[in-house]
Amino acid sequence: MSLSLIVIVVVITALIFDFTNGFHDTANAMATSIATGALRPKVAVAVAGVLNLVGAFLSVEVAKTISSGIIDESRITPVVIFAGLVGAIVWNLVTWLVGMPSSSSHALFGGLIGASLVAAGVGAVNFGTVLTKVIIPAAISPVLAGLVALIGTWIGYRATARADRGTVTKGFRTGQIVSSSMVALAHGTNDAQKTMGVITLTLITAGVLAPNSGPPLWVIASAGLAIALGTYLGGWRIIRTLGKRVSAIESPQGFAAESASTAVILASSHLGFALSTTQVCSGAIFGAGAGRRLAGVRWGIAGQMAIAWVLTLPAAGIVGAVAAWVASSGTVGTIVVAVVGVAVAAGIYAISRRRPVTAENVNDVPAPHPVEPPVRLAA
Amino acid sequence: MHIAWGALGTVALVSLVAGVAVIALVAFALVGLSARNQPVTVGRRGMSPATGTAVAGLCLAAAALIVGYGLYVIVA
Repeated sequence: MSLSLIVIVVVITALIFDFTNGFHDTANAMATSIATGALRPKVAVAVAGVLNLVGAFLSVEVAKTISSGIIDESRITPVVIFAGLVGAIVWNLVTWLVGMPSSSSHALFGGLIGASLVAAGVGAVNFGTVLTKVIIPAAISPVLAGLVALIGTWIGYRATARADRGTVTKGFRTGQIVSSSMVALAHGTNDAQKTMGVITLTLITAGVLAPNSGPPLWVIASAGLAIALGTYLGGWRIIRTLGKRVSAIESPQGFAAESASTAVILASSHLGFALSTTQVCSGAIFGAGAGRRLAGVRWGIAGQMAIAWVLTLPAAGIVGAVAAWVASSGTVGTIVVAVVGVAVAAGIYAISRRRPVTAENVNDVPAPHPVEPPVRLAA
Repeated sequence: MHIAWGALGTVALVSLVAGVAVIALVAFALVGLSARNQPVTVGRRGMSPATGTAVAGLCLAAAALIVGYGLYVIVA
């Protein structure tokens, strides 16, 4: 396979990953706004899509590395990047199907680590960096966001306890429009950058771009459009999980969760910690749920989410490793991986159509604590 | 392997203070706005609609400052 063809394949695959990243993460900014009625579902995803696009152009912090030093980038080829992206896409689709908000960044890291291990050996992966850049932030950030949201929610309810209910609910709903927009914007500046970094580095290794050059305009525009389009389509399954299945979220809680998420994301990215927007926002929603009523949170969902988070990196890694092993065998292998990848994606889409979750039915979920009918003893 | 515990602590402190401050300020602003519709008692005294509006304006302005700084951090 000629060099330029694999480069084109990597660029397309990276844009597909960016697209899945978009619809996987719509829920981060918009789940609680949709759940509380602050924004109508279609309006919410449109706002999030536009702000992701704006965010892609806004950030001057150009992504110069794919992996923040997790992988020795001098030792990986476009085929490895392709295999890693396939692993990340497959895991993103599987978690979307079951409605689990897992980290797209962890899926990308996992896929790349798995592919690098197979193609370039253990030495190509910096496991110390995996611990400091991935595992420690992943453990701390959701708890921190949850704590901020919990305290904020508690204060919010205490302070407004004797105030006019209507004014408070309406006021916090209006606030949610601002706070969810901030999350969407912060997301655009972070996540679109990752795909730009992948494409740019691929172009540099292929000799199309000079070393150390920034992403060309078409890369910024296409990455921004891919993530915005994905966001606009809306990952309704994940929005339902975060907005309705975790807890019955009211507008003060939605505002507290989004404000806490924004504060944590901005503070840590300002100080150079890469963290998962998804995990921060999920943690904040649990905190906001617990801040009103501890028993109002379905902690079982938290357990499922934690399992999905722990599995994300290794699962995407295994898919990435298998893809790298097959793709490394040559042109035929790369085509096989592409065909199998498309088939898996089509299969997952077909399964999702059996019980579709859309803008129309996203909020139709039984309440977290339905009133149990009284048990009647049989005579 | 180096873990920057100091920076982590700063992140925790800054996000705790900023996040809780925004939520509290908006909550106080809404208490103020409520005074325009119904009498709200603060301590032993009631809050007049005019005072309520002023409190709301001040709190919202302070919250807007924090949000504005957040936007500045995103753009810069």
